[in-house]
Amino acid sequence: MVDASGSRRADVLVKGEVVAEVEPGLSGGGPGTVVLDAGGCIVAPGLVDLHAHLREPGAEEAETIETGARAAALGGYTAIVAMPNTKPAADSAAVVRHVLDLAKGACCDVRPAGAITVGREGRLLAPMAEMAALGVQIFTDDGNCVQDASVMRRALEYASGLGVVIADHCEEPTLAGAGWMNEGELSSLLGLPGRPAVSEEIMVRRDLALARLTGARLHLLHLSSALALAAVREARAEGIAVTAEVTPHHLVLTEEAVRSYDPLFKVNPPLRTSSDLAALLTGLLDGTIDAIATDHAPHPPEAKQVAFSEAAPGMVGLETALGIALFELGLPAERVLALMSWQPAAIAGLSGSHGGPVAPGAPANLCVIDPSRQWKVVAAALASRSHNTPFAGREITGKVRHTIFAGEPVVIAEEAQR
Amino acid sequence: MTPRHLLSVSDLGLDGIDEVLRLADTFVEVGRRPIPRVPALRGKTVASVFFEDSTRTRLSFETAAKRLSADVMTFTSSSSSLNKGESLRDTVLTLEAMGVDAFVVRHSCAGVPAQVAGWLESAGGPGAGGPGGQAGSAASVLNAGDGAHEHPTQALLDCFTISRERERRFGHSPARPAVLSGLRIAIVGDIRHSRVARSNVIAFSTLGASVTLVAPPTLLPPSLAGWPVEVSHDMDAVVAKSDVVYLLRLQSERMNEQFLPSLREYTATFGLTAERARLLGPSALVMHPGPVRRGVEIAAEVADSPSSVITTQVANGVAVRMAVLYLLLGSGAQVGA
Repeated sequence: MVDASGSRRADVLVKGEVVAEVEPGLSGGGPGTVVLDAGGCIVAPGLVDLHAHLREPGAEEAETIETGARAAALGGYTAIVAMPNTKPAADSAAVVRHVLDLAKGACCDVRPAGAITVGREGRLLAPMAEMAALGVQIFTDDGNCVQDASVMRRALEYASGLGVVIADHCEEPTLAGAGWMNEGELSSLLGLPGRPAVSEEIMVRRDLALARLTGARLHLLHLSSALALAAVREARAEGIAVTAEVTPHHLVLTEEAVRSYDPLFKVNPPLRTSSDLAALLTGLLDGTIDAIATDHAPHPPEAKQVAFSEAAPGMVGLETALGIALFELGLPAERVLALMSWQPAAIAGLSGSHGGPVAPGAPANLCVIDPSRQWKVVAAALASRSHNTPFAGREITGKVRHTIFAGEPVVIAEEAQR
Repeated sequence: MTPRHLLSVSDLGLDGIDEVLRLADTFVEVGRRPIPRVPALRGKTVASVFFEDSTRTRLSFETAAKRLSADVMTFTSSSSSLNKGESLRDTVLTLEAMGVDAFVVRHSCAGVPAQVAGWLESAGGPGAGGPGGQAGSAASVLNAGDGAHEHPTQALLDCFTISRERERRFGHSPARPAVLSGLRIAIVGDIRHSRVARSNVIAFSTLGASVTLVAPPTLLPPSLAGWPVEVSHDMDAVVAKSDVVYLLRLQSERMNEQFLPSLREYTATFGLTAERARLLGPSALVMHPGPVRRGVEIAAEVADSPSSVITTQVANGVAVRMAVLYLLLGSGAQVGA
């Protein structure tokens, strides 16, 4: 068993929706008890994803809340934050309520993020208080950056009064907007217009300056570059209230993948260079980065089987994130779980129900990970409605065996139960 | 070994380029015959698939294919089903199902010919589900220009033009295969957005020339690391010492995108004006891939001067494209009468 309080050997008894007992050598819970084999496995608090695009409402051909939550459960997640770039955008209590309704009965806790601005257009503040009253903790115009510095400042100020977090997709659009991959040596060679890393750095530095000015909590989505990371490190040293996430794909894939011109590897921010990868990994180690988040972005094949210019950016990740993080980063499991469970739970304001220590009385949101399970990513076998994984064919060691959500085993032996 | 596809001019290598140039000599001769046609590709079907309009390149390829007795199929985006929501992959596999031996692909985005090659090779594979569903296609893909990436046949016809014009005019016949050895070639203008520049940098340097790029920094690629080139911003100095001055077309959009203040300033700084053309050496050649914007990148009288080989480039285009089609699709037998 591994949680924020350390690691130990124990059995776990779950009754109803809570953990009843945690002891070595527990012997069943009486008749009707479901026994899940966790031999050789890590039992941990369920994972929490700060960044999933579930596409519902509006793009159900790519993903629904049901299919996305199932994919998440298979990936070990018991809570995911649903990004608000739906159609319509989650910029009002009505849409948030709709998402919450659709999420009832899902395989995990689906927590909608709200938009910062109406229609994610970057002009008028969305009714954050109304959405916060429904439990929304994170506000972002993700996909878009809030370009107007004054709007961003007001959003941070307003959010600080509500105790919620403003999260930004940091790319200066006037620098990055026309590009489709990392700008540099390779983009020059391939003839694809680039999105320079400085466009991320500039926006990160602006946001950090505004966070300093307002004292508000800021979360930086999917950092991709060494330049941005350096800015965050300075800000942390200064005491600015900032948290940051990075995706598995930015940690293990480089722009070299784009050499194939396969739009599967088109994503914003773009895949960068191996020195950026190294910097991000350092950021994980020294605590500059708080969370690994998926930026799960499902797209149907027709959105990817087109020219690179026309392809939709993004890649799915819920079912591969933990395996990639455990197997490819060279970090101890305790560190990976901190980055994928209790630290993101704290950022999303979910610490009471997710990511907490596995102890009697705690909500039974758990995952059981087999660290020695060898498997191969097969795109068509993914539970997500879309199969645009950049990891197809990859051999991974480490997989989620069981997931328990609110006391219910929603995944048993790698199979979703509903 | 002959490559299956021509996606980049680097697919050919030095010997491959040399082979194309030698074949092109034969096809120039074929073009002078009363009936300029050989049966080399009889029974083969060449599809020109142009997602971006380029009548000149398309007609050049189609003429080349017809002179080799291939059947020609034309698909242009204006007549396409892309507007009807069909994916690019479906469009390609639909055409493939009709029986195509070579796809000549043009697209405004870099990489589309490579994508097409990939789809053809995996057609009918697991999960393909495309029309026809055949088990892999043996068709070749020829890149007829993809975004700001490459335009290999343009580079080949440019190499052919330089080498053969110098031979014809001045009796220079350098040793093969590096037929541009020792030449100083300047490529001038919008390098950043130019597929012609990328292919020509590779081809010219492969054939032994030293290449200088001349442009304002805004019109250079973000990085030139690894490019076998020198860079200059001094047009006068470069013109005076170049054996070939290769001018690129300047799109008017570049002003709106803040790459340049004005066309007038561009012409004054980087245009081959009549005054600047006086700096050209006696054996220097002036080239342009067309369409030429007279008065912008080149003065009208320079375009029409004896140094200019712009129309020769166009004329050679057909022979060089015949050579490429023959190399990729032909049986390897002698070119028939």
